[in-house]
Amino acid sequence: MIQVQEQAQKIQSNETVQAAQANSKNTVFETKNFDLWYGQHHALKNINLDIKENEVTAIIGPSGCGKSTYVKTLNRMIELVPIVKTSGEINYRGRNIFGSGYEVEELRTQVGMVFQKPNPFPKSIYDNIAYGPRVHGIKNKKILDEIVEKSLRGAAIWDDVKDRLHQNAYGLSGGQQQRICIARCLAVEPDVILMDEPTSALDPISTLKVEELVQELKAQYSIIIVTHNMQQAARISDKTAFFLNGEVIEFDQTDKIFSTPADGRTEDYISGRFG
Amino acid sequence: MMAVRERFEHDMKTVQEDLLDLCNRSIVALEVSFKAFVNKDIDTALSVIDNDIHINRLEEMINDRVILLIAKQQPVATDLRRLMTIVKAASDMERVGDYAVNIAKDTIRIGKDDFITNIEILQEMSAKTVSMLRQIVDAFIHENASQAKEIAELDDQIDGLYGQAITNFMQLSSKQPENISQIMYLSFISRYLERSADHATNIAEHLFYLVKGQHYELNN
Repeated sequence: MIQVQEQAQKIQSNETVQAAQANSKNTVFETKNFDLWYGQHHALKNINLDIKENEVTAIIGPSGCGKSTYVKTLNRMIELVPIVKTSGEINYRGRNIFGSGYEVEELRTQVGMVFQKPNPFPKSIYDNIAYGPRVHGIKNKKILDEIVEKSLRGAAIWDDVKDRLHQNAYGLSGGQQQRICIARCLAVEPDVILMDEPTSALDPISTLKVEELVQELKAQYSIIIVTHNMQQAARISDKTAFFLNGEVIEFDQTDKIFSTPADGRTEDYISGRFG
Repeated sequence: MMAVRERFEHDMKTVQEDLLDLCNRSIVALEVSFKAFVNKDIDTALSVIDNDIHINRLEEMINDRVILLIAKQQPVATDLRRLMTIVKAASDMERVGDYAVNIAKDTIRIGKDDFITNIEILQEMSAKTVSMLRQIVDAFIHENASQAKEIAELDDQIDGLYGQAITNFMQLSSKQPENISQIMYLSFISRYLERSADHATNIAEHLFYLVKGQHYELNN
């Protein structure tokens, strides 16, 4: 009995240590009292979320809940929509991304994005990956070769394409194209990768490959993934945020969200009662 | 907001009905088996042994249905806990059915011999165990955790009676060594009743986990 108690205490203290470690991770994005309107439509309401580094954060919620809007706000892509108004703060590494003097190019170099539909450029595989580094002024062939190989390896697609780097990327399968897009994103060495439903257009095997890749990438990057696939969120993320009608209903460890969510609406959504 | 998991709800309900059926059969088997023991009714004891196959099959069927539901519907949170606790409760209640069979076998072994001692303690244990099982099954099916602790406390009373019964049988075995066989059968029967009540406590713990999502240790 005493042994059992000791063991229980040990487990509990381990959990405390893990929780403390989780809290001690650096915050990449700090969202404070953030609101967003599309014209009259109040699309994000008083969002408060801390995204930690080297974690996968999943954003889930029914269509129209604001999850894509939120992610597109993090690299200020949302500014492409002319009627958007915002209030509140989003701090990236401690700096308000809406603050004066914050260059959007600088932000997007640090915060890469992968979209729902694979969107390689109509160029060779090599040129797709080398595009970003070239824009940043890298001309040296040897350096570019290294970046291309490293990025393709990082996206677990090197072995598939190493013998046809100069063929058009359109010739690849959907799953391969998506990994090319991830490699293209890695080539500029971002800090954060935003993924907006990156596997919804892929077959199951390609989906699993991208999921494996996400797991590997989080050692070096912080990843925020919007997904309609709740099992995917459960499989690959460390934390999950549930959005509903523009609000964050619950944000917690993924294990907690999918086993004992605190809010009834989260439970109804993840167990498929609505959505 | 429309319900979008009607098929899942329907299949879940079927599994719950199967569990209720299994629970009723096991509790009835325990009751009938104990009555057969009291009345030295060998035929009824034999029927308990024969009927156990239905309880075993029901447990297997519940397991199969739950596996399929998990594979096909990928339930999470309360839905998943409900299915897992149904499997566990089914396993506990199948075991109660096995204890009913054990009591029936000992009844056959005792045969028509007179009881060498008063069996009132065993009768009290049996009545309390059956009552405890019925209450906890009802609470489990209705997912009413508020009564679970109270029901689980009955187990302390049954443990107390078991202690008394065993002390009595040990004293008897030194006084009447010639009756050691029956004393052993009676001890076993008291043990089966005590174990059945433990399984009721297990179900109370499953019920807590199902409703609260946390593990509780009842009756340490």
